[in-house]
Amino acid sequence: MKKIAFSQIDNLLAAIAATQKLYMPVETAGQYNYGEWTPGTTYNPDVLHTVKSAKSVFFPQSEDLIRFKRDGMNLSISPVAPEDEDFVVFGVHACDVKGFAVLDRVFLYDPVDAYYTSRRKHGTIFSVMCKAPEETCFCGAFGIDATEPGADVDSWIADDALVMRANTEKGEKLLESLGSLLTDCDDTAADQAKAETKEILGKLPLADLNTNGFGKDVDLLTLFNRPEWKELASGCLGCGTCTYVCPTCQCYDVRDYNTGKEIQRFRVWDSCMYSDFTMMAHGTNRPDHTQRFRQRFMHKLKYYPDRYEGVFGCVGCGRCLQKCPISMNIVKVMKKLGGEA
Amino acid sequence: MSENCTCHCHDGMERDMLIPQLAVVTAIRQDTPDVKTFRVEGLNGEKLFDHMPGQCAMVTLPGVGEAMFSITSSPTLTEYKEFSIKRCGELTDALHAMEVGQQIGVRGPYGKQFPVDTEFKGKNLLFIAGGIGLAPLHSVINYVRANRKDYGHVDILYGSRSADDLVDYDEIKNEWIGEEDTNVYITIDRPQEGWDGHVGFVPAYLKELAFEPNCTAIICGPPIMIKFVLQALIEMGFDKTQVYTTLELKMKCGIGKCGRCNIGSKYVCKDGPVFRCDEIDELPNEY
Amino acid sequence: MQRVSAKVLERVRQLMADGTVAKVVGWKKGEFFYDCAPSVFETVESLDDLVYDSFCASNLSKYMIKNSVLPEGQTGKVLVLLKPCDTYSFNQLLTEHRIQRDNVYILGVGCEGMVDIEKVKAQGVKGIIGASEKDGILTVETVYGNKDVAVRDVLVNKCETCKGKTHVIYDELISENEDEGPAGDRFEGVRALEAMTSEERFAFWKAELSKCIRCNACRNACPACSCRKCVFDNNASGIASKANTDSFEEKMFHIIRAFHVAGRCTDCGECTRVCPQGIPLHLFNRKYIKDINEFYGDYSAGETAGQRGPLINFTLNDVEPQIVSDREGN
Repeated sequence: MKKIAFSQIDNLLAAIAATQKLYMPVETAGQYNYGEWTPGTTYNPDVLHTVKSAKSVFFPQSEDLIRFKRDGMNLSISPVAPEDEDFVVFGVHACDVKGFAVLDRVFLYDPVDAYYTSRRKHGTIFSVMCKAPEETCFCGAFGIDATEPGADVDSWIADDALVMRANTEKGEKLLESLGSLLTDCDDTAADQAKAETKEILGKLPLADLNTNGFGKDVDLLTLFNRPEWKELASGCLGCGTCTYVCPTCQCYDVRDYNTGKEIQRFRVWDSCMYSDFTMMAHGTNRPDHTQRFRQRFMHKLKYYPDRYEGVFGCVGCGRCLQKCPISMNIVKVMKKLGGEA
Repeated sequence: MSENCTCHCHDGMERDMLIPQLAVVTAIRQDTPDVKTFRVEGLNGEKLFDHMPGQCAMVTLPGVGEAMFSITSSPTLTEYKEFSIKRCGELTDALHAMEVGQQIGVRGPYGKQFPVDTEFKGKNLLFIAGGIGLAPLHSVINYVRANRKDYGHVDILYGSRSADDLVDYDEIKNEWIGEEDTNVYITIDRPQEGWDGHVGFVPAYLKELAFEPNCTAIICGPPIMIKFVLQALIEMGFDKTQVYTTLELKMKCGIGKCGRCNIGSKYVCKDGPVFRCDEIDELPNEY
Repeated sequence: MQRVSAKVLERVRQLMADGTVAKVVGWKKGEFFYDCAPSVFETVESLDDLVYDSFCASNLSKYMIKNSVLPEGQTGKVLVLLKPCDTYSFNQLLTEHRIQRDNVYILGVGCEGMVDIEKVKAQGVKGIIGASEKDGILTVETVYGNKDVAVRDVLVNKCETCKGKTHVIYDELISENEDEGPAGDRFEGVRALEAMTSEERFAFWKAELSKCIRCNACRNACPACSCRKCVFDNNASGIASKANTDSFEEKMFHIIRAFHVAGRCTDCGECTRVCPQGIPLHLFNRKYIKDINEFYGDYSAGETAGQRGPLINFTLNDVEPQIVSDREGN
């Protein structure tokens, strides 16, 4: 274990940023989102959740893939090279760290997504413990231990210090590079901090939420055909807020933009809640909003687990609980359709 | 890293699956009033990629868009790929406006093939197609013809709205009819002057023909036709495990990531488009 | 808590039980005390979860576009709970022929201002597990201890100023403060923007709009955004998009939307309330309302159904385009 005085944390960040790109929760007009560190950026330990999750660092909302040029009948295709610069993401909490694992199963394999994979390869994730989890937190329901994120470097806020431990080679390398800023310490302070957070987690209103009634072993069509979906969806506005703040939503659209000189093909986050998501020339297979609403939750609670060895496609960060304009969210769906403990 | 660039700056770079290959349209055939078949090759006549019957590819027209089309040509035709495309939307309108020599982007092959080298081997095959639904089956039929001795008796039932809407009727007339141990049945929806063949919808003709359920059926056509054909086959004593079809949903990435064609735990672009009908029963009814 | 809550719940139950209404569009009890959700209630039993309290800020008018179309065989009307300010949106939608009035039973409910839980949290309150309200003080119980906040400090943005407690359309009223007039100066924020230099103003909007994630929550919640197919969703329009692909688009989406609802916007404040990034979108709309008032005389969209707004009504006294340069772009 290594530590640094909490008052020195901005120096730590400046030291990281001196050698590579650093992304962290950055404030713009009152809201925190992951953004690039610039001189003067400070870390605010009171912010639990950024609006957009840390997903945006590895899988940005919008990214260019190709530039096409058309010249009469001729065409040239210039792929945009994946980013290959090393960088660090600081301040990620356990939910978002585990969110990467959900995205990894989709993007790192069969076939690989070169853009995401390159960023994963070059990115070092530096987690910070959740000191004051909120009532909207329910990562425990998905077996996530908020005090052990398992990032490249995990860190805990203990008394007046940030205590950290490298879990991977990348993490070791990062802490090594920070050399003289850090001093050695034992596990006591971190253990104490973990115990305090665990105690709070146990008192939170969603501490008992469970995944009974969902996952690999329940019958797909029974869940799909439950009549309650209609009522659950009745207030949904069909906007993309839940999708865009979600650390695990991975659906995207690919679109072309004609700049007049060339055609940019870019990829953007998309939402299964949108009416055009499955629209083809001959129509859509989900014409009704209840179907689109159901798709998002079925995907997280049933389809994804079916496809990926029972792992759920939700990490319980609670952003949708905080941000949905009508306060509909996955917890309400789970409580309505789930089985008792 | 332009296609036309000779530098080696990004030689080691992993090429993302979303980046198409540069290709050129070398022939265009007008099959019906709204279906054209496009022959596509690499820029210097090289082959774009290998595929198997039932697999698809994404065709790109930059600035207009990109969509998944089944590869109509048989894998046995190695020098080019063909796509039979019906004009029905923005992108297909633009594709129909192309002329020979137009360069486009193509990426693939995507999706699961028909099990021509496993389950289909040695079996009698019954192909049932409607309209542009012949496109994916065209590749299988010609693959079977090229390896004729590997399969049993072949029946082909093909129907369309009118005689003018039969896709690639010349090939059907001149090559398929007359193929050994192969029967071809053609029908059109409504009577038409100059047509002395069968008239009626595909499912009704199927029942009339009363095939024995000793074969594997492969269906492709409009969803409503698939539905009634499947019903008819079940009535005729077929088991769903003997019936294959293809699903078509909106696709963007073609590699099981963008989420559009997700249905149940399947991605149609990757786990399909070919499905055995008993597999489809396990999926939510959203196709 | 709203004073009329108990009466409202009881009356809704009666109206459904006696067959006057077949469906109810109201707020459904949430997981916590503050997260009730707009919902459609179809049985008397389901009304056990109906709530009307200080967290029912959402405007239910727009839901009536869909829900005033009765399914075949339904005889009873559809009841909707509307707060005073919500009724302006309802009227405006009637003016635009988007709601089938005859199928709707409006139960107007009195309102004393709604609470924004985000503002409560912004006061450093975390881990909320309960709350009680007495004499304008909200006592919030949290896993980290209790905290008192003054309700007037945590009102939803749209309730910081109020256009009055009078329902402009209803079938039945349950209200104890129907005569209360407007409160607060709703153009204060606009004047502050007008007082800025154009560079300052540009910097302000640039920072605010750069946060936009194009989730469309503002558009989808907005009762004035009722186009069947939004131009931004329509591929054929050539400007359909799902991302802020460049800074131009980032600014233009909201400005175009504000122009499109100008003269029809009732200042219901839903856009700002629902924005996940806290962008004060209502300031665009209020700027246009203020300008309309100054150019054409005071006008309140949705005050009466069927009224002809100044932007679609030519008179010889209308201001000339010259006004823009006369006001130096302000």
